[in-house]
Amino acid sequence: MVPVGLLLLAWQLYATCSGIKPTILPAPSRVFEQAMLNREALADNAIPTIRATLLGFACSLSAAFALSMLVDFFQPLRRALFPVFIVSQTLPLVAIAPLVVLWFGFGLAPKIMLVALVTFFPMLVALVEGYESTEAEIGQMLRAMGAGRWRIFMLARLPSALPYFFAGLRISITYAVVGAIFAEYAGAAKGLGIYMLNAKNNFRPDLVLAAVGVSAALTLVLFGLTVLLQRLAMPWERTGKAIAGKGRRP
Amino acid sequence: MSRLELRHVRKAFGGLDVLADISLIVGAGEFVSILGPSGAGKSTLFQLLTGAEHGEGEMLFDGAPLDDHGRHFAFMPQRDALMPWRRILDNATLGLEVQGIRRKAARARVAPLFAEFGLAGFERHFPAQLSGGMRQRAALLRTVVQERDMLLLDEPFGALDALTRTAMQRWLEQMWQHHRWTALLITHDVREAVFLSDRIYVLSARPARIVRELKVPLPRPRSLGGDAARQASALEAEILDIILNPNPFKGHDHD
Repeated sequence: MVPVGLLLLAWQLYATCSGIKPTILPAPSRVFEQAMLNREALADNAIPTIRATLLGFACSLSAAFALSMLVDFFQPLRRALFPVFIVSQTLPLVAIAPLVVLWFGFGLAPKIMLVALVTFFPMLVALVEGYESTEAEIGQMLRAMGAGRWRIFMLARLPSALPYFFAGLRISITYAVVGAIFAEYAGAAKGLGIYMLNAKNNFRPDLVLAAVGVSAALTLVLFGLTVLLQRLAMPWERTGKAIAGKGRRP
Repeated sequence: MSRLELRHVRKAFGGLDVLADISLIVGAGEFVSILGPSGAGKSTLFQLLTGAEHGEGEMLFDGAPLDDHGRHFAFMPQRDALMPWRRILDNATLGLEVQGIRRKAARARVAPLFAEFGLAGFERHFPAQLSGGMRQRAALLRTVVQERDMLLLDEPFGALDALTRTAMQRWLEQMWQHHRWTALLITHDVREAVFLSDRIYVLSARPARIVRELKVPLPRPRSLGGDAARQASALEAEILDIILNPNPFKGHDHD
């Protein structure tokens, strides 16, 4: 928090002392003031962004989970499908977003698709690599116990993937917000993206920055939620570290 | 009465011979060790027994050919292979759960053994909260509660520090005295093999063949002093000599 505070302070001092026009670089105090004055409009535009982010992310999570299992059970699929997914990651969002909006309109559908497009691959890779991280000896032991592939997946591979899954989740959730805003930027009736575009066109950088602040706050909240979720889903991580920290672990 | 019998078992990976010719028997209630240098293919032998790999030659259990699933064996891997996300109690019941026993029944079967394994009070702990020795005891508990015909122990104490390892060897010897499991131990620790075993098979470097079979005529419980200790030292020296001065022309030279 301290570096952020210092940065804001420097910005504030520069904006007030240099006499730069607020239509070029508004001071943080002005951004905050305008954000408060326009809070209803900001909230009104934040809701569609949140909706697109969460729905798109839910779609990509379900798809990534289903496909990761398929790839884990049928290894040849991995070689067949991964090049396609990698190419999907090289598509420049700047070019794709307007096209998707052109094809699917100004509604929710193209936003969900774009959010899913940017978050799907990181989640798929996280899951597939997570399964692969399963200790070989655990697999051998389970086979010796008489467990089949499905049992081994459920008992060992899926839980082994959890740390990878959450690492992927933390990265993807930030991509998701950016993806939603970009999709709205390319064309929407409402949303933080289109709000930013309109504010820019009206020479209101203060409102652009206010919307940026809202999207940053939104990202931070979602990020915090994933951290919380990880703590709840992986209690052994905390206890292990807590004990190790006290030096009781040999 | 022999339970496990291997006749001329071979295994090659690609063009690389790993097991050249392994013949051995393990009798009921006998503790047998396979002693060999690292990378000799000792673990490959267990992979054949548990059905993870297939080789040539005959593998018999109670006189009948061994099926692929190795359902006669409870296998304890090199590292403890405890699942970090399961509490110790749930790690201990893993084998029973795989056998299809309900969690509650499995827990009831495992719970009384915690005291004997020195794990009382740690049922609800996660593996990361336990010391190395305790983790190994938990892994052995998970192995023996499966109540299979035979234990396969793959260098179970290899990852422990020297003091803990010695303590664990003594503890295992006591436990074995009490339970008389039929056990096959893989190790590269000469002292461990002599201390724990009734018989020892000495393996050559890869491609592995059995260069010597030795009986350990020491009385049980094994002690660390007196005549027995001197006898043990002599045996250890003899084994070290076999391993470190291999004579390829000697071939199979059974005692």
